[in-house]
Amino acid sequence: MSTEQNGYKSGSNLEKVLRAGHFAFTGELGPPRGTTVKEVTEKASHLKGMVDAVNITDNQTAVVRMASWAASFILVQEGLEPNFQMVCRDRNRLAMQADILGAYALGIRNMLCLSGDHQQFGDHPQAKGVFDIDSMQLIGMVKRMRDEGQFLGGAEIEDPPKIFIGAAANPFAEPYEWRVHRLAKKIEAGVDFIQTQCIYNMERFRTWVKQANDMGLSEKAYILAGVTPMKSVGMAKYMQSKVPGMDVPEDLIKRLQGAGKGKVAEEGIKIACEQIEEFKEMQGVAGVHLMAIEWEHKVPQIAEQAGVLPRPEVD
Amino acid sequence: MIVAKRKPFEEIKDMLKGYKKVLNVGCGTCVSVCLAGGEKEVAVLNAEIDMARKLDNDPIELGAYTVERQCDREYLAELDDMVKDYDALISMACGVGIQFLAERFPETPVLPAVDTSGLAVNQAVGWYEERCRSCQSCVLGWTGGICPVTMCAKGLYNGPCGGTNQGKCEISQDQPCAWYLIHERLSAQDRLDNIKRIKAPSTWCDQVPRTLIQPGYKKPEEEE
Repeated sequence: MSTEQNGYKSGSNLEKVLRAGHFAFTGELGPPRGTTVKEVTEKASHLKGMVDAVNITDNQTAVVRMASWAASFILVQEGLEPNFQMVCRDRNRLAMQADILGAYALGIRNMLCLSGDHQQFGDHPQAKGVFDIDSMQLIGMVKRMRDEGQFLGGAEIEDPPKIFIGAAANPFAEPYEWRVHRLAKKIEAGVDFIQTQCIYNMERFRTWVKQANDMGLSEKAYILAGVTPMKSVGMAKYMQSKVPGMDVPEDLIKRLQGAGKGKVAEEGIKIACEQIEEFKEMQGVAGVHLMAIEWEHKVPQIAEQAGVLPRPEVD
Repeated sequence: MIVAKRKPFEEIKDMLKGYKKVLNVGCGTCVSVCLAGGEKEVAVLNAEIDMARKLDNDPIELGAYTVERQCDREYLAELDDMVKDYDALISMACGVGIQFLAERFPETPVLPAVDTSGLAVNQAVGWYEERCRSCQSCVLGWTGGICPVTMCAKGLYNGPCGGTNQGKCEISQDQPCAWYLIHERLSAQDRLDNIKRIKAPSTWCDQVPRTLIQPGYKKPEEEE
């Protein structure tokens, strides 16, 4: 571990908040399908002061958008801390390392290393998927760049990028018994924090966290529980049946249906806040990652209702 | 074996524009077994071309000849005296055979009539499934005999990803998740430790044209 950043690996706000033992709260922002900076700053304005860092998605669902490093940089300029997402689908190891250097040079300090949705889902299904390295290997590469000051090819890096390294975990995809071992692999590869897939099946999540605790994994990396409030019954049903790796129990859909006309979204937020209350008390959970998809303007209300404000300031 | 699929007829017809006398060369090995480019398929394609060109009032003279293997000099030699009588050659062999034919007769246009799709198993007559991408770094020893390079849509070395869907790949309910199968097989064999270790980034061997010379052999020009 580097000692150059006062004992921090990266010195990012997210790292400082987690290291100080605060319950972290992160948000998410999808870059625009064009060049409108205002679209980024407008979304960011709702998140300012509400979250410790904001994930900037990288061509999510394999649809072309403004580069995640560029949108991340706009956030830096706006005084928010980005969590720069990088998928393995669109770049080989040269491009990835180049982007990591560039991102760091522009003030980006957090990264989330992902495999990426298959290109077949997106707006260029004929594209060649790169997958030169996978998410596990990407984690290892960023760690090597940071801690050993070396490129994957072995050459030395001048002023290595000090990045706080994140990855995703999905406790809800089969084979279930493998999921905690995959988490263990990511931690062994060098991950500092984990953001999970959206959690709806609390029972399965509790089991997974307990496994992680029993294996000592939650002490080695900070686990942030993924929360996405349901906006409608239609959204819940879509996520239940159409989104791979998503586990939406029937009970949740029934509860949303029971909320009554015009009150489903409020019920969705209420459910999310109840989840967050439980996560605050759950051993092994260090924070929440709120993915309010195209619902950034609701984040202040959710943060308020979930009792996570004000956000801590750590020096 | 190598499997291939015949090109759409219109594409073949388009390539043949302007040629009046063409020899269609089949291959008696892989493409013959997978019903794409053997003696029978040569005859069928010739009949189709003949009919189409007659309908266009642009008749064509077609020859047919199927060699044992188009990837072998010895068999291509059978064509040496024939080729000079034709304006062009159609090859119904895999991409390897097509190129070897073109290399042997560099003055004659060689036109492919099939698209080669890979190394596959024969599941049933007419049904083939890809199993190998010939990456030259075989991992089957620790993945339970299931290839993630070929069978995982993302070619992950440290799978499964978070997109598995009831044992299927995120790209389709018809596509089994390779890593789900790997996990299942290794679990049954009590060998899960194999995939608990992190697999380092691949040193891709297929990024340049490859030449293989078995131990104890040399290229002919190197022989003394």
